[in-house]
Amino acid sequence: MQQIDPKRVDLAAEFKAKPFGVHSADLHAVLNLMRRPPLGGRHVLLVSKPHEAWVLAEMDGKPPRPRRLENCVFDSLEAAEWFVFKLRWRELTGAELDIE
Amino acid sequence: MTQLLAYRDKESVAPGEAINFMVSCHGAERYRADIVRLLSPEAGPDAPPYREETVDLPVNGDYPGRVQEIDIGSWAYVPASPVIDALQGFTIQAFIWPTLPGSGSQALLGAWSENEGRGFGLFLNEAGALEGRIGDGNGEIISVSTAHPLLAHHWYLVAMSFDTASNQLQLLQTPVESSSLHADYDRLAETEANLLPAAQGLPFLLAAWHDGPSARQSAAGGIRVSGHFNGKIDAPRLCNRGLNHIEIAMLSEAEIPAELSDSVIAAWDFTRDISSEKVSDISGNGRDGETQNMPARAMTGHNWSGAAMRWQDAPEQYGAIHFHEDDLYDAGWEADFALTVPEGMKSGVYAARLAADEAEFLVPFFVRPAKGRASADIVYLASTATYTVYTNNIGRMRNDWTEVVQGRLTILDDTDLLMLDYPELGLSTYDTHRDGSGVCLASRLRPATNVRPKGRLWNFCADMFIVDWLERSGQAYDVVTDEDLHREGPELLAPYRVLVTGSHPEYHSAEMLDGLEAWLRQGGRMIYMGGNGFYWRIAYHPEKPGLIEVRRAEDGTRAWIAETGEYYHAFTGEYGGMWRRQGRPPNLIAGVGFIAQGFDASSYFRRTEASNDARAGFIFEGIEDEILGDFGVMQGGAAGLELDCHSVRLGTPPHALVVASSEAHSNVVQMVNEEIAVAYGATDGVQNDRVRADMVFFEVPGGGAVFSTGSIAYAGALGHNDFDNNIARLTTNVLTRFLDPEPFMPPA
Repeated sequence: MQQIDPKRVDLAAEFKAKPFGVHSADLHAVLNLMRRPPLGGRHVLLVSKPHEAWVLAEMDGKPPRPRRLENCVFDSLEAAEWFVFKLRWRELTGAELDIE
Repeated sequence: MTQLLAYRDKESVAPGEAINFMVSCHGAERYRADIVRLLSPEAGPDAPPYREETVDLPVNGDYPGRVQEIDIGSWAYVPASPVIDALQGFTIQAFIWPTLPGSGSQALLGAWSENEGRGFGLFLNEAGALEGRIGDGNGEIISVSTAHPLLAHHWYLVAMSFDTASNQLQLLQTPVESSSLHADYDRLAETEANLLPAAQGLPFLLAAWHDGPSARQSAAGGIRVSGHFNGKIDAPRLCNRGLNHIEIAMLSEAEIPAELSDSVIAAWDFTRDISSEKVSDISGNGRDGETQNMPARAMTGHNWSGAAMRWQDAPEQYGAIHFHEDDLYDAGWEADFALTVPEGMKSGVYAARLAADEAEFLVPFFVRPAKGRASADIVYLASTATYTVYTNNIGRMRNDWTEVVQGRLTILDDTDLLMLDYPELGLSTYDTHRDGSGVCLASRLRPATNVRPKGRLWNFCADMFIVDWLERSGQAYDVVTDEDLHREGPELLAPYRVLVTGSHPEYHSAEMLDGLEAWLRQGGRMIYMGGNGFYWRIAYHPEKPGLIEVRRAEDGTRAWIAETGEYYHAFTGEYGGMWRRQGRPPNLIAGVGFIAQGFDASSYFRRTEASNDARAGFIFEGIEDEILGDFGVMQGGAAGLELDCHSVRLGTPPHALVVASSEAHSNVVQMVNEEIAVAYGATDGVQNDRVRADMVFFEVPGGGAVFSTGSIAYAGALGHNDFDNNIARLTTNVLTRFLDPEPFMPPA
């Protein structure tokens, strides 16, 4: 099974620059790894202000319910996607992404 | 925290007709109700503002709040009778196909009161093994179990017999022979029982046990039930004495043996009255019952051989009903207020807006003109069949694959979360039951968390972009619904010159398609303003209002896959699944058909050479741009989410013009699997140029015409820059020409 190469920070930069839309094949493979179980679906965004602000939450329990995460309020979907990308990068590679 | 839930008894009402609203108010003593006309969706700062107008009506006001409950889960009810009351010895038996053995105690059949501990019944116990119980109502219960769990998705003949001469309570758990090579054996158990069952006044139930009186006035028999069974039951029987094993086997046959006829109190045959709620007793004793909450019928039974795929061809092999703990037809609430639509109330999209403290809940409905009183040349056909089958789509937050398909994080608001707080609101046909089987029935007689002008831009909410555009067009329009079209056919549409669809009119009955097609042949002009339309065949229940059946048969982009042999609707006997698999691909009526979907980003259209054809001149009047719709609030473009393309092979009229096509779709946008015979991988928007939306125009013999946008996201581009953009201009050009009575003529 394919793994994420922690040295491919270029893919993270590509995602940060454009979280939605056409991606390179390598980035697409990374995103598929991140978006499928066990990580995919664990994170959801709860609407704080419709179409303007969202809070990150983790689905938790049986049956699963969203549990809000501390200090994870976003005013753009792009920012939320980037935050979750970094979380998952760390979980899947064990390495921190040195990109803000 | 205050929460409101509500629904209405009709989706479509004409002046002079009444519509009832049922409300459950949690956490507040009173709530406010106002009837509002809906004019646009709440779509954020990049879209035109949300607009609703309160309609001054006497029904507007404060109402006392109360909590109303929903009894979810299907079962069958046979009224209590003196014969059952007087039973001492007995046998109950059935074929069963459990789907969640070992998942809590579940009732199979019997006259058993769980809260009083009396009567007799057959169950699966906590471990999933067969268990029989009799109780005298004075605190003594005798139970016996085979202690061997049943296997999920395997058929068994199960029975409990009680012989008063020997005081022996016996159980039989026999696997039904099949092609499976697994090991399973007859399991017998018995115990001495020195008491008599006290079943006086208890109804005989299938797939649930009696659990006291119900708080709901509309509850069958006035009782509350629980202990729902998940799985199929076939050929249940009740006898007035303890049968031996040979007799039990004899009685399991379709015909009641003559030598047992005096012993049989009831023998229910689910192959009869399959489209109805009736449970027919073939014993001659008249102990008919009825199902509650619409379990799935026309299900393969214990003797299904695989040779027949259509239940009408071998009804004797379709004697199973599949019960689910999470089936729901009608919440059955009492009405809290009613609106009689006044004469002169404009046809349109309305809602009852309920508010209490911080809670708000909108219950949309549609005011149509009275029959024969069309008030405009344009009719907007609200995709209410699609709204109904999507109602309470909880899979969106539970399915493992949602984020991969969406290419985005899932977004949920407080109204979405009501589905978690109140799972008794029931499921959508995009979900699976807790036992993993597909939800093939959906009803609008329950609160809907996802039919509203706010929240996710999808279906009803996205369709409000089209309503907003119609409002701003300055043209008068009437509104009718899918149910209206299903019931009334082309006569409903006859007064209108132009029909405008929603953004995703995905589900159609044969009657609906027939009505649209006949109207088009009579000169009608249709603007199909969406993507993935005319895709699934549905069946409305012939008698039960607001109830739709969907069998996700052998092909298509499916949230679940129907079990083999269960492709035909129980309601009508029609083959279910895609219209494309039934000789009516969407291309026939719309000129385009579903080709791809992906939800991360939308793209744009590019004009084609064919757009310069004189026949298409009216479409592009005043438009110089080559690129169309590189904007919009549904993921940033007019071409996206679900895409349709032109295909003469699938039925697009050969003279149709593709006036624009989309391009540059992302890796997430994937070709639909019905287009892929052999998986080859290169099927996304980056690698495959068939992943595109085609904007198509064609004339219909008889003076009519069709214009199709081929994209769900199209609607979200209409309002860009306050409706001053090339998509709004183009669409209005089409509307203007379609309103012109001058007939369209296909090229010679």
